Amino acid sequence: MPKKVLSSRPQKLRLYVAGHAPNSILAIANLKLICETHLPTDHELEIVDLLEDPRRALADGIVVTPTLLRLHPLPVRKVIGNLSDASQVLLALGR
Amino acid sequence: MIRPQQSNGQKVSTGILGFDEIAGGGLPRGRTTLLVGGAGCGKTVFALQSLVAGSREKEPGVFVAFEEDAAQIVANAVSFGWGIEGMSKKKLFFFDARLSPEVVKAGQFDLVGMLALLKAKVEEIGAKRIVFDGIDVLLGLLDDPAAERREIYRIRDWLVAMRLTGIITQKAHSVDAGHHYDFLQFMADCVVTLRHQVIDGASHRSLRVTKYRGSSFSADEYPLALSARGVDVTPRGPSELVYRVSEERISSGLERLDGMLDGGYYRGSNVLISGAPGTAKSTLGGLFAESACKRGERTLYVSFDEGAAQIVRNLRSVGIRLAPHQKSGLLKMFSTRTRTTSVDEQFRQLHEIVNDFAPRCVVIDPFSALSTKAFRSSSVDTGQRFLDFLRRQEITVLNTSLLDGLGADEATATAISTVADTWIHLSYVAQDGERNRALTIVKSRGMAHSNQVRELTLSAKGVSMTDVFIAQGKVLMGVARWEREQSEAVATIRAQIENENKRLQLEVAQAEAAARMEVVKREMEARRVELANLSDVTGASASRLDAQRNTLKRLRRADSEPLGAARSSKKSPPRAASKRGGR
Repeated sequence: MPKKVLSSRPQKLRLYVAGHAPNSILAIANLKLICETHLPTDHELEIVDLLEDPRRALADGIVVTPTLLRLHPLPVRKVIGNLSDASQVLLALGR
Repeated sequence: MIRPQQSNGQKVSTGILGFDEIAGGGLPRGRTTLLVGGAGCGKTVFALQSLVAGSREKEPGVFVAFEEDAAQIVANAVSFGWGIEGMSKKKLFFFDARLSPEVVKAGQFDLVGMLALLKAKVEEIGAKRIVFDGIDVLLGLLDDPAAERREIYRIRDWLVAMRLTGIITQKAHSVDAGHHYDFLQFMADCVVTLRHQVIDGASHRSLRVTKYRGSSFSADEYPLALSARGVDVTPRGPSELVYRVSEERISSGLERLDGMLDGGYYRGSNVLISGAPGTAKSTLGGLFAESACKRGERTLYVSFDEGAAQIVRNLRSVGIRLAPHQKSGLLKMFSTRTRTTSVDEQFRQLHEIVNDFAPRCVVIDPFSALSTKAFRSSSVDTGQRFLDFLRRQEITVLNTSLLDGLGADEATATAISTVADTWIHLSYVAQDGERNRALTIVKSRGMAHSNQVRELTLSAKGVSMTDVFIAQGKVLMGVARWEREQSEAVATIRAQIENENKRLQLEVAQAEAAARMEVVKREMEARRVELANLSDVTGASASRLDAQRNTLKRLRRADSEPLGAARSSKKSPPRAASKRGGR
């Protein structure tokens, strides 16, 4: 059930994945599906391959992959897993 | 990455001295060790300690904290004095792998990313060792045994590929419950189990190596303590008893006791003083300590449940002065409570003090305070192990032990009596309304010793030993002995006087005899003179008679007949003469 966007600024999401690990591939696919069906079109999504940029992941305090961060609006929300549980993801994103 | 030290040794030191001894050098290099234990066993400290030891030996390490805040772990470890706070992130890196409670789990995850991050860090600082502390916290989130197993294997493979020496800590309850983490134990090359028990209200930590691939190890349980320096393991020491033995004798501090022992205690021997409360066990300990200090030997006096100052004061009352030696630093008094820490912890503490202070003589008063507790615990031989350690250092040790009788269970249970080389038993002899202290030497290995009972008397002048009287099969002590002594003394004086009298009498008799002899001598002299005089008189009168007769003849103009003729016809002429004379 799509809902109206309340925040004035677009949502900013960042997904950390680890190369071609099965969970990472699944997470990318799951997230894209969720975004298409449930999120307004003006959201920002960045996918970071941790294997290529470990320093950035360290700075963001990433422990496991995949990890999804909602950087905006604050507070930062963190979701771990392959995002197969869409309802949990939406709950975390405040949808 | 290539590890240059790989070929040098198959083991890495943990910096935990006792543990390296048990495990034949340390943990397997480039392999995974599993540390299993319940809460508060010291898993984290053990892991961190070996990591710090590594980073000191130019083997940087990474600590992955799944359970505790990394900053908190460092803060806790500062007190151990490893200098952890000063270590740069290049030597010791903490990776905070905790997930905050706000994190939402939406589907399966894996550690691919984390291991990639760690790989980057390991390569950056050139780490050789890594610790995964509390990984079950993270893996538990997976809520899928198969997935958990998969991630564990992922870590193992990663460790092997990275050629890192790894330590993974694991909570023991999951083992007890037959949890799926069991496979961790099969996977690891080395498994160390830590245990924390409370027995009779006293805590006992212990450590056991349960598995060590490709290496010999001691699988026994060893006492482990969390001390001010970190984890400490007390190894049992070599099973074969090889000690240097000394012929040197050192004084017990009591001259007569030395005499009874044929010269004193052997250097490096173990002396046990047993006895009921108040039988002056501590006093003998004090005497020994004082005499050791007088010889200039460093001495450690360990007391339980009695403060050092109190002991010094009490011993002063019997003329034993410890305070000056305490001031000069020769004597170290260590007083502790029996119940504060576990018996293992106490022995470990003593171990540490002995190592630091390096005494030549040690007094433990009372040893039974430790051993009775040890008796109940899993570490029965902790006490023996400590004594063994002292013996190897050639330290002469005097233990006191609270025993009511020689056959008491405690003595056999704690087996100190078998370890003791010299066993002196003090007892009370209650007699005639008083109690007196009696000292006997139960045994003394390798020396001739007295079998006599002695009375031990304490006074402000000091401690002394007195022969006891044995009368009608009873040992007399105290007043009874004193009375006996007094009557003996009186009897002696009486005998002396009697002798004197007799001597005087004899002298008189002798003088009398001498005087009598003098009288007799004088009498004899007188008689002799008398006799001589008598014969003189007789001779003189005879010759005068002749002369008178001749004069008479001449006057009468008698025939001048020759003397011979006259004599032959003497009969008739004198008759005639007498006829004539008779006219």
